[in-house]
Amino acid sequence: MTETSFIYEAEGQVLIIHLPKELDHHNCRNLRYETDLLLAENYITKIVFDFSRTLFMDSSGIGILLNRYKQMERSGGSVVLYGAGPQIQRILSIGGISRLMPCYATKEAALAG
Amino acid sequence: MEEKKTDMAVQTKAEAAGPGEKQEGWFSMDMDSGSRNEAFARTVAAVFASRLDPTLEELEDIRTAVSEAVTNAVIHGYGNGTGRIHMEACIRGKEFVIQIQDDGAGIPDVEKAMEPMYTTDTTGERSGMGFSFMEAFMDRVEVRSRPGEGTTVLMTKRIGR
Repeated sequence: MTETSFIYEAEGQVLIIHLPKELDHHNCRNLRYETDLLLAENYITKIVFDFSRTLFMDSSGIGILLNRYKQMERSGGSVVLYGAGPQIQRILSIGGISRLMPCYATKEAALAG
Repeated sequence: MEEKKTDMAVQTKAEAAGPGEKQEGWFSMDMDSGSRNEAFARTVAAVFASRLDPTLEELEDIRTAVSEAVTNAVIHGYGNGTGRIHMEACIRGKEFVIQIQDDGAGIPDVEKAMEPMYTTDTTGERSGMGFSFMEAFMDRVEVRSRPGEGTTVLMTKRIGR
């Protein structure tokens, strides 16, 4: 039931964050610390969020996405996402994320975009 | 959405059903305020609500709204510390009624807390959209709270329009 760890993948200056099945407050607890560490140690210009496994997200998920967006905006970087199903797309839209981050269907498109 | 009232207009207990009002069952439970229970609570609520034969979207609405209310209790009610969260729900006709209650810190200004994007969080990790999400996904959201006296959130949603 609880899947608390994130999988991070670095491709050059791109950091891909594979999100868990359920993105809530409980599962987001370590994300800030871990991404801060990765951003400090690597030169990252783009964060790519992978939603392809994610079936649930609430406003806690919106909070962490917004904060990463602000972080990257300050350093002139970008944040994109891919693989969001209809339910996640709905939450992204209500949470105002769709206006801020380009949403792609596939990882390839997200990396290229 | 209907107007918010400061006093709870609806009791969620099965006994509160008026004459001729059909009750389709209820549950009442307590849980600790550990953040793991956010998933537990929304799952229980969704399984219970599935008796109304909701659409996938209606079920997701309930799951999300319950997650928001319980997360508020965990983070704001108890400051991620230990406490008790009470959840009870009933089905009244085609309506799903759920109440989530904590005995935590309470909210000094409920109206302000319910403003979109308002948050007391200073880490930047919280969107301040919890109540907005509850209001977006449920037909009615009522919040009763006082500093030191905990918070009660009552939400209703009609299933199958």
